[in-house]
This record gives sequence, structure tokens and C-alpha cells, in this order.
Amino acid sequence: MSMIFSPIPWLLVIPLAGAVLTMLIPWHWRSPASLLGILTQLMASLILWYQVSHFGPQIYAMADWQAPLGIALRADGLATLFILMSSVIASACALYAHVYLSLAKRANFWPLLWFLWASLNGIWLAADTFNLYVGLELLTFAAVGLVAFSSDERSLEASIRYLYAALLGSMAYLLGVALLYGAQGTLAMDSLADTWHWGPTNQVAVTLILGGLLLKTAVFPLHTWLPPAHGGALTPVSALLSALVIKASFYILLRFWVEFGIYEYLPSLSQLLGALGAGAIIWGGWMALKQTHLKMVVAYSTVAQIGYMSLIFPLLVSDSSEASLMAYQGGMLMLLAHAFAKAGMFLAAGNLIFCTGKPDLQSLAGMSRYRPLNIFAFGLAGVSLMGLPPSGGFNAKWLLLQSSFMSGQWWWIVVLLIGSLLSAAYIFRVFAYTYKETDRGDTFNRPHLSLELIALGLSVISILWAFLSVWPLNMISLPGPLMEALP
Amino acid sequence: MDTNLIFTLCGVGLCGLGFFGFIYHRHLLRRLIAFNLIGNGTFLIMVGFAQRGQGVTDHVIQALVLTGIVVAVAATALALVLIRRWFHLKGSTQLPEDETS
Repeated sequence: MSMIFSPIPWLLVIPLAGAVLTMLIPWHWRSPASLLGILTQLMASLILWYQVSHFGPQIYAMADWQAPLGIALRADGLATLFILMSSVIASACALYAHVYLSLAKRANFWPLLWFLWASLNGIWLAADTFNLYVGLELLTFAAVGLVAFSSDERSLEASIRYLYAALLGSMAYLLGVALLYGAQGTLAMDSLADTWHWGPTNQVAVTLILGGLLLKTAVFPLHTWLPPAHGGALTPVSALLSALVIKASFYILLRFWVEFGIYEYLPSLSQLLGALGAGAIIWGGWMALKQTHLKMVVAYSTVAQIGYMSLIFPLLVSDSSEASLMAYQGGMLMLLAHAFAKAGMFLAAGNLIFCTGKPDLQSLAGMSRYRPLNIFAFGLAGVSLMGLPPSGGFNAKWLLLQSSFMSGQWWWIVVLLIGSLLSAAYIFRVFAYTYKETDRGDTFNRPHLSLELIALGLSVISILWAFLSVWPLNMISLPGPLMEALP
Repeated sequence: MDTNLIFTLCGVGLCGLGFFGFIYHRHLLRRLIAFNLIGNGTFLIMVGFAQRGQGVTDHVIQALVLTGIVVAVAATALALVLIRRWFHLKGSTQLPEDETS
């Protein structure tokens, strides 16, 4: 297929070109150029969606160089859904940043955003293990740069911690990939899966890859770098990190897990991953309850939500293929709903902090009376995170619950229920502060209306998944290597 | 002992050394150097694989190692910038110990 008709190369070329160009051109042209770029990305994702849903999965060899030296890209239903998700959320965060940041900050924000976007698209579309590595590293650099962007001591410390954790994770991943190549002589995911055999080399490789990816996804107890990085960054950056960046390493983990059949060979490891997820749900929820800063509450909530997604690993292992399918659907819907809810919640939290001028919960008093729109956006996102109906989070939890019932792993039901109670507790605790009356009157700042609307829009989408969840579920069930490898 | 095994053993040794340094040390530069050791160990293991074909080297592995080196250099540069900035701000070469928050 020629370059003109397939949107796949444009999803990589335009963000990369955008990253370089926005570094070179004068400051006041950077925003218009980036807005143009955002439009092309949205268009390209829609075209890809159309092609994949009508003609099935697309495979594209960059510049007609075939594997192994060439770069093969692959868009199945899951990848396309994630492309659409990251396009919508990154566009929303970019528009938010365009209004929120000063001209000088904004000028340097664009190149980093475009690098982030390019690496996300690269990871969603990668068909071989080494492209995934390059994508992961580029993603790390862009994300660390964005965390350090707020240029105070705390965020600098957070970004150094983040960088070190991420570097260790990607080195472990690279070593694992090298061992796999040594054992099987290929990097492509599909031929690795075809020739997969469990020898000692593969076992070491899988251990390294899993360890590295768990560290990068911040799965409990490897999560300590996440809260300061996500909570301390500038608001649109926090939203991007929590909504999209951690999903990238999770996505790679899932692809390895299912496509190489690791779950069949090591069922006890699945239970271990589920136990880590349970630890994340409880510890993250508990820590979120104890925080005094609004954005730290939201950041610890991300730790807990990663735990829900990890429950997909034990639930995939089941005698009934229906239960496995439900676990897969529930996990992916959870990921999708969380992406929108968390982006909306971080942006709403940023608006609230802008209103009060202080980052702590105590100073939220009076917000419900004077800035109800932000509280509403925060609350809608909270509904989805808690898993109350109607919301995408509820549908996702429902699928996970049903899957636990069907596969007879009742202990995950207990974890899901405790997790929901904890998330309700930490979200209502924030509300309790906003309902306190204050005798100062309306002396708060007022964020630009568009900032409030963007936060609200993302939160509303996370609720809308309750009614539209058939659409993403059909999308991820389109034929693809992951779908075919499911039990 | 064939060369492949020597490369692999050296690589594993370097990785282990680097990993120990990365965990053990608190000085940011030392940890960065330890990270580079892990990286070099990894590349050495990969180069070992490339030697397997008795005189015929595997170009894919060479491409991978080159990419890996570029990435490691970029990572080191980014870390150095951050460490330098941290030193200018705080006058310290290590991060404050975690208070688990």
C-alpha cells in the first residue's frame, strides 16, 4: 500500500516532524503549527479506524523495507482503539495546555508533547519487540522532560526518580529482548509467537521483560516513583502521564502475556500479578485517603487503578473461554474509562488549584458554591473511577466481576469491592472539603471557561462509555494476533 | 570456551555489577555510571549473539546495539542535565531519602 492511502505512517511521521519543527520555528508560530498537527492526527486516527473496521487489520512496512531490518507496523482493533484514545486525550490536553501555559512555557511544551505523541503511536502500532523498546525509551525521555517542566525542586526530584526507575526498567526490557533474539533469532512479535519454546533463555528473558515493564507501569510495590511525578507535574502533563503514558508499558505487557502464551505456561505467575494488583488497589486507595494535596490524591488513585487493570492477568487464566474474553474486555474497558476519567479529573483538579491558588485540600472550602462546574467535572470523573453506574468504570468492573464469578476466582471479587469502597472514600473526602462554607466570599480566581469545558468534556466521555461500551468492545474483538491468542 | 560465551559471561558480570551499583549507591553520578554499566553489559551480551555464525556477523544485532548505544547516550545526557540542575538548586549530589510519600 502506498504512503498516500494508509494513515499509519502519518501517525508517526507527523508527530516526529512536529517535534523537530516546533523546536526550530519561532515561538509564536509553534502553537498554530501544533494545532494544525493535532487536526491531522485526529483525521489520521479516524481514517485508520474506518480502514480497520471495514477492511480488517492493517500491516505497513515503512518505506517498503521488509523485516527484519525494516520497520513493520501493525494496526489491529486494539491498537486502533488506543490510537483513537490517545489522539482524543492528547488533543484535549494540548488544547488545555495552550490556554493554561504562558507563551514561553508553551513554546517549549510543544516539542515534548509531539515526541510523547510519536512514541505513544509508535508503541500502539509496533509489530516487533525492538520498536517497542525504542518507543518506550522515547516515551520516557519525553515524559521525564515534561515532569521537569514545572522547574521547581519537587518536580525536579520527581523527574530524576522517574528517569532512574524508567531507565532500569527499559534496560531490563532490552536485555530480555536481546535474549529472546538470541534464543529464537527474530524480533517480530508474530514469528516469536510462532516459534516460541520454553527454554531457560526464554524464562530469564520473560522474567526480565516482565520486571522491567512492571516497574515502568508502576505496579505495586514498584510504584513509588509515580505519585510525586504525576502529582508534581504541571496539570496538562499530569493528565497525559496518568491517562496515556503508563498505559503504554501495560499494553506491551499484555501483548507479551497473551501473544506468547505466558499465562498458560505460568499460571501461578498470573496469580502473583493479580496479588500485586490487589496490593495496588488497597495500598493506592489507602494512601489516597491520607494525602493532604489534591493532586496527590489523584496520583495515588492512579496507582490503585493500575491494580484493577492488573486483575486481568489472573482472570485471563480460566477454563471457560467466555470468562477469559470477559476479563479481556473488562480490563480494556477499565483502561479506556480510566484514561478519560483520570485526564478529566487531573484537569479539573488543576482548575480547582488554580481557583484557590493553593494545592492542599483544606483550601478547597467554598468551591462547591462558587465553582460548581469544576466540582461537577471532578465528580463525574470520580463516578467512573469509583465504578458507580452509569459509567464506563461501572461496566468494566461489572465485566471483571462476572469473569471472576465464572472462572471461580471469588477472591478477586472481594478485592474489587474493597477497592470500590476505598475509591468512594477518597473521592467523597475531597467533596467533603469542597462543601465546607467559607466566610471569605467569592475571592477565588476564575479559570478560563475553555479550561473548565475541556475537563468537563473528558469526564463526560468517561460516563458516556456506559452507553457506548459496545463500540470499543467490538473494536477490540476484531481479529488480531492478541485476539487469536486468547484462550 | 568459545568467544560467544566469553562475551555473554562478561556482559552478565557487567550487568550484575551495574545493577548492584544502581541499587547500592545514592550519589546520582555514580548511579548514572552504574546504569551505563548495565547498558554496556547488555550490549556485550548482544554482540556475543552476533558472533555465533562463525565469521558471519548478524547485522540485525549490530543495528540493535547501535540504536541501543544512541538511546543510552541520550539517556545519559538527559540525566546529566537534570543532575546538574539539581546540583545548582540544592547543592547536593543525591536525592533526599524517601519518606514514602
